Order: sequence, then C-alpha cells, then structure tokens
Amino acid sequence: MAQVKVPIVRNILQANERLAAENRRRFDEAGIYVFNLMSSPGAGKTSLLERTIDHLSGRIKMAVIEGDIQTSYDAERIQQKGVQAVQINTDGGCHLDGNMIQQAMDSLDLAHVDLLIIENVGNLVCPAEFNLGEHDKVMIFSVTEGDEKPLKYPLMFQTSSVLLINKIDLLPYVDCDLSKVRDRARQLNGGQEVFEISCRTGEGLEPWFVWLEGKVRERQSRRSARA
Amino acid sequence: MHELSIAQSLFEIVLEEGRRYRLERVNTIRLQIGALAAVVPEALTFSFNMISENSIASGALLEIETVPVVAHCPKCDVLCEVENLVFLCPECGEPLFDIVSGRELSIIDIEGETGEEDGAG
Repeated sequence: MAQVKVPIVRNILQANERLAAENRRRFDEAGIYVFNLMSSPGAGKTSLLERTIDHLSGRIKMAVIEGDIQTSYDAERIQQKGVQAVQINTDGGCHLDGNMIQQAMDSLDLAHVDLLIIENVGNLVCPAEFNLGEHDKVMIFSVTEGDEKPLKYPLMFQTSSVLLINKIDLLPYVDCDLSKVRDRARQLNGGQEVFEISCRTGEGLEPWFVWLEGKVRERQSRRSARA
Repeated sequence: MHELSIAQSLFEIVLEEGRRYRLERVNTIRLQIGALAAVVPEALTFSFNMISENSIASGALLEIETVPVVAHCPKCDVLCEVENLVFLCPECGEPLFDIVSGRELSIIDIEGETGEEDGAG
C-alpha cells in the first residue's frame, strides 16, 4: 500500500455554480431580469408577489417559479393572477438549486418574459448558499420574527441586495425595534436597499415597485441595445 | 440540512479524484470552509459519513479548517478581518462589499492509499 496525498483545490459546490452560470447566460440572452426571493416561512413572499403582480401587470410580463417542500398552493395563487407559474416540490429539500431551476425553466415560455421571480423555500439558512443564476437576491424579513434575526442568520442578510421589512402594520403589537434591524443589517451589508412595507395594507410598496421596474427596464435596454 | 447536498457534492468529487489517482482508500479529506458559509461542520461530517458508507471514502476523516472573513476597503486600500460580522471598515467606517475570503467551500487535498507497493513506480 502506498500512502499518497493528492492536491485538489476545488469548490465543493462547483457543479451548482456551473449550472447557475448556465442559467444566468440564458436569462441574459433573453434579456430577463431575475431575482431570488428568500425569507423564513410565513414572512410574506407570496403576498409580496401578489401585490407586485397586481401593480406591474399590463406593463411588465412576468413569470414565477415557486419552490416549496410540498403542495402547489403558491403556484395556484399566482396562476389565478393570470401569470405563468411553475411549482417545484423539493420533497423535503430545504432549498432550490441550479439544476431545479434549469428543469423548471423548460416548462415556462420565457420568450416574452421581462421579469422572472424565483420564490425559494421558506428558510433563512440554506437558500443563501446556493446560487441559481439570479441577478439579485431579495429577502423579506417580517417584524414578527424579532430584531435579532440579522445576527442569527448573517449570510442571508449579507448576500441579499434588497431587504424588505414586511408587516410594519403590526409594529404596535410586537417588540421589534426597526432601528436595530436597520443597524444590524447595515453592519452586514451596507449597500443593501431597504424597503419598509406592509403587504396587507400596501404601505411602503411604491418605492419597491419603482426600484424593481428600474431593474427590469435596465435589462430590457441591454437587450434592445444588442438587437 | 443543506449540509447533505454539500456532502453529496463533496462525495462525488472525492470519488472522481479517487478514480483519477487510483486510490483504493481515502483516509483524510482536507476542507476549507469560510466563517461566513452557512455550514455546520458536525452536520457536514455526519452527512458525509452516511453517504460514503461502503465506498473508498468510508470512515474518512474530514479535516475542516475555518477561513476567517476578510474584506477589502477601497477607500483605505487595506484588507481587514471582519470581526463579529461587522462589515464596516475599522479605520474609516465605510461599508465593506469586497469580500476577499470567508465564503469558501473548498476541498484542498485528500490522503489515501493506492494498490501499488510502497516505493513502486
């Protein structure tokens, strides 16, 4: 028996990174802006999508990939809005990965889509580690979760370009100090866009819509510049 | 429990490299994992042990080195270690976006045994 030590130096998640890069190339070729929406369960991801679809439909063509452990409730909620949606069931898996997105993309007609939203599995840990090929990671934190969450789940806050603080209509009833959330999030990610919203009342959503539409138009102008 | 997915990817790399170097056994696998990566070393080891049963890597030891979080401040043009997850330059207080290390999920090397006699070849 010969003992050997072999140098390797490889990224363990390189297979996923490769698939994410392929997805990104397809999104860019089609001129689609894509964001990966992440939060804990019940923070308001699907409610945000419903509000966003209501506001942007007619002006922007959207498609949604819904990730859940089980059921197709969320995709059905989105389809009722007249937007094409495909449901991924991870059957116990705690996050989406590049391969699942690649398969889901094949069942969507992306030729005339401007905005693709990927709603990840509700979980503040695992989804942050897996790139899907998205342009931005967007996270929702709801005030009922407690102001210490940026400290407990730093990677999610650190990697998200946008932080939506949802359920601000409930602030009078919960012990959540918004200034602490903002300060803690800023320490992790000083470049993050922060929007304080209530998907229930609609408060604060307008700046988010403006920001999002800007991102979509930016992609479109790159597509027409190439055409 | 995304450590299971990471362990699965790691296992596939170990098998591939094991074939390439004709290893009959893998004893040690050295990894670097960034302090910012959302990975629990115990969960990764547990998952890997489970997946690698009855393979050349069965019982292999995972040696996990934690890589500190280091960022570059463009204003001061210095590298600073990010302590307590505060991504602000300790000198000028500017937000730090340029993360140089701390997100690693890397396999560095593996130690194992080939079927050849010692000193052969």
